[in-house]
Amino acid sequence: MKLRSAICLTSAALALAVLTFAGTLPSSATDKIDPVADAKAFQKFFTDKFPKVKFEDFVNGPYSMNEDLHRQWQEKEQFPPYEFSLEMGKEMFSKPFKNGTSYEDCFPNKGIGIRQNYPYFDEKEGKVITLELALNRCREANGEPPFSYVKDEMAALTAYMAFTSRGKPMDIKIPNDPRALEAFQNGKEYFYTRRGQLNFSCATCHVQSPGERIRAEILAPALGIMNAMPIYRSEWSGMGTTSRRFTTCNSQIRAVPLNPQDDEYRNVEYYLSYVSNGLPISGPGARP
Amino acid sequence: MASSIRVRATASGETTEVQALIQHPMDSGFVKDAKGELIPAHFITQLTFEHDGKKVFAADWGGGVSKDPYVKFSFKGAKKGDELKIGWIDNKGATDTTTAKIQ
Amino acid sequence: MRNKMFKSALALALLAAGATSALTAGSEEDFKAAYAAAESANKEAGKLRNQWTTTASTLAAAKKAADAGEFDKATASAKEAEALAKASIFQATSEKTRWKEMEIR
Repeated sequence: MKLRSAICLTSAALALAVLTFAGTLPSSATDKIDPVADAKAFQKFFTDKFPKVKFEDFVNGPYSMNEDLHRQWQEKEQFPPYEFSLEMGKEMFSKPFKNGTSYEDCFPNKGIGIRQNYPYFDEKEGKVITLELALNRCREANGEPPFSYVKDEMAALTAYMAFTSRGKPMDIKIPNDPRALEAFQNGKEYFYTRRGQLNFSCATCHVQSPGERIRAEILAPALGIMNAMPIYRSEWSGMGTTSRRFTTCNSQIRAVPLNPQDDEYRNVEYYLSYVSNGLPISGPGARP
Repeated sequence: MASSIRVRATASGETTEVQALIQHPMDSGFVKDAKGELIPAHFITQLTFEHDGKKVFAADWGGGVSKDPYVKFSFKGAKKGDELKIGWIDNKGATDTTTAKIQ
Repeated sequence: MRNKMFKSALALALLAAGATSALTAGSEEDFKAAYAAAESANKEAGKLRNQWTTTASTLAAAKKAADAGEFDKATASAKEAEALAKASIFQATSEKTRWKEMEIR
């Protein structure tokens, strides 16, 4: 008698646990990763939220959110502050390494007009490769020391490469490989996960509050946010890489940043770039 | 060696609009480097634009102006094809000048 | 009469001195324990790749106070650092499922 009631109790408890567990999980038909659906929903969210913004304009971040800023920015684009960094990048890119090879030997089409294909999923390695990572690998493969991911040289190089792709639509591919889908999903998870003492996720600012202010800055929408990278920020008085932006965003919300080009960062860049497929490359960008 | 001054001047009617971007560190002298040492002050102190021998724009700057300053202004009395002469001097005594044709 | 008072005053003073030194000595032990607990929690958070910058700065402040002999202050900071580290662990674990609530669908 006692045993039976004990079993009854256990199974009841189990049933309750299962129900509760099922109740807390978000209801999704399957747990299948569907980047195409995600990108569609992502783009629709922003175009619905900002019906007056032209689709291509989302890549201009805060300028697409505020008319006065837009006007000032357009004037400045006639004489952009990133000119010097861009020139430096072009010079650096064309200078051969000590062993005689150069960057153009590492990239398709000699590295010109290819930025919109990055990041890509390397099926041999099973990981996401970003443009910054590819540049440093090119250097190391040719006996050159790698550049810091957060300093001027990498920023200048990526600025030049972005410039050669200006206007081209972002074209990120996700091969039908479970590891690539997982990388996309992990990137998505990183984007929406809250972190730091301020408990912000990337989405807190760039999905929930684009066009609104955080202190004195106007927030950019997440749609097209990678298209303008790297960016010359007035705040930095210089050109800054994607790695710099990711790590500083982390520390600003009081989260200890990971190392530049750690998996999480590569994956979130992959995710954000993919969901902005079709939008034009506008880099290098100028920002407040 | 390329000039530190990029300038574009466009005449529209009797008004000429001038934009200039100058490459200069504009160190205020108050900022510390990674080692904790002060980066010495190094900034443009005077900037002048001349047309037809006359100063049309003059600026007296200090450390409060940011790196790679951008200037924009308009003036009257010039026409397309005229020359604009730009020059600056900084606190270390370095100078640079350039001329541009008004378009 | 005066002698007796003096003696008891001295005794009291000695007692007080003894008590204070006992307190300070106790504080250093307390600090070491609190600091170790905070460091361990922050290490946990590090494994979850979710440390807070304020945890690190509070730990540093605790150590600085301890080095200056201010053990009460140091222990308080260490305890605060532990609380911050634990909160960051909670954040990482709860966000594992909660992130989906923010997702655009």
